[in-house]
Amino acid sequence: MTLFTEFGRYLLMIKGMFSKPENMKMYWKELMHQCNEIGIGSLGIVVIISAFMGAVSALQTAYQLVSPVIPMSTVAQIVRDTVILEFAPTLVCIVLAGVVGSKIASELGNMRVSEQIDALEIMGINTKAYLVLPKILAAVIVIPLLVVVSAALGIYGGQLASTTAGILSPQQYETGLLQYFQPYNVFFALVKAYTFAFLISSIPAYYGYHVEGGALEIGRSSTKAVVVSCVSILGADYVLAALLLH
Amino acid sequence: MIEVKNIKKGFGERTVLNGVSVTMQAGKCNLIIGASGSGKTVFMKCMVGLLIPDEGEICYNDKDFNKLNTEEKKEIRQQIGMLFQGSALFDSLTVEQNVMFPLNMFTKDTYAKKLKRVNEVLERVKLKDVNKKFPAELSGGMKKRVGIARAIVLNPKYLFVDEPNSGLDPQTSLVIDKLVKEITTEYDITTVVNTHDMNSVMEIGDHIIFMYQGKKEWEGSNKEIIFNKNERLNEFIFASDFLKDAKDMRMLEQTGKINEDRDMDKLIKGK
Repeated sequence: MTLFTEFGRYLLMIKGMFSKPENMKMYWKELMHQCNEIGIGSLGIVVIISAFMGAVSALQTAYQLVSPVIPMSTVAQIVRDTVILEFAPTLVCIVLAGVVGSKIASELGNMRVSEQIDALEIMGINTKAYLVLPKILAAVIVIPLLVVVSAALGIYGGQLASTTAGILSPQQYETGLLQYFQPYNVFFALVKAYTFAFLISSIPAYYGYHVEGGALEIGRSSTKAVVVSCVSILGADYVLAALLLH
Repeated sequence: MIEVKNIKKGFGERTVLNGVSVTMQAGKCNLIIGASGSGKTVFMKCMVGLLIPDEGEICYNDKDFNKLNTEEKKEIRQQIGMLFQGSALFDSLTVEQNVMFPLNMFTKDTYAKKLKRVNEVLERVKLKDVNKKFPAELSGGMKKRVGIARAIVLNPKYLFVDEPNSGLDPQTSLVIDKLVKEITTEYDITTVVNTHDMNSVMEIGDHIIFMYQGKKEWEGSNKEIIFNKNERLNEFIFASDFLKDAKDMRMLEQTGKINEDRDMDKLIKGK
């Protein structure tokens, strides 16, 4: 199948998601379930990687800042901007592409192979709307929140590491955090978070929904979904940076 | 009534259905039989709207299903129940939640009323104390019965059953066959069963359609099938010597003679 055919099928899946719900209560329940699965289910890994990401970037920045003319509080400023601009939205979303993406692809793939999707279709349910849309909506709602949590934890991790190592005092770190702060960076990080959230939910949903075959194909589609999601995140990251950062 | 008019379906270069026309008898068990690869599953998938035929019409009460708009299709689909080959139960839901799912989606009844209906259909398929179990905790036969319960919970007009006996022992197969037959009569449903189990054919086949290489080769009842003259159908149903002998026995009982190409002396000695 060519890239264009796949992209066309992907767009058709997205278009097919929009129809009048058969029962709004059931759709709402499914959305809440997915928010819980994606949000709470990924919180642990997000907390761990964010804290370490901030800590390591603080230590490595301090190691490289050898010039006596640059104040050490600059470490906090660099950690802040690196975490907000890149680490929290991009790195966390790449990890989530693995965690959430493979889960979505394998869940839908298993439902397809075991004819559960066909069973829903026969009942008269729009399966794209009932199975795919809540997953994408949940990701778009929850992942930006996770990115905000990740940014906060990353900055805090940086403070903890730099004060524990005796590089900076907590006051110096706070001074550095407030230096040259641009709120636009937070806006940029959130734009990235929303974009990546859409990609890491819709791409695996596409691969899972269109699985043909058996267990082996579910595994393959899950791997492919994660790889394509990660590459898409990197591509989108570059495009957004080129468009929004001047 | 379901009427299929000259449907054709292919995948790429390969033609799977080549002009099949048949009328499913209302309130009866209609069986589609045929060897693997004869097009039975594709035929059933076209009938329920999971596949769109390349040509032809599938009419439910004289309305071509594929020409209906989405809402009209949904209406017809809510009158259809289907039991899948692998039962297709939702893994993450309990038996009770599985059977209640169509009620939750399409009715506004209270929980108590829905639960009452769920228990009614579970009792009808002779399942007790399984409400809180997950599909993974059930045997193959029990999964099929839960599948039937879910299919009939909304009182459908049409019941489609795909390979009901696959993976089941002969005794459980018989239980499922009888259940399908009883439900068809009791609820006055038009049932379409896809099978290659000859036991099912003889037990529940009010109306049998034999498919051969994507075409309807023969049509009749379970009474007519034994003494049919269709060579391909006979090759399919009397594939083993055991079944050929069984046919001879039946023929001997009813007519006092057997086919000329069969050895009556050998048969009697064997008896």
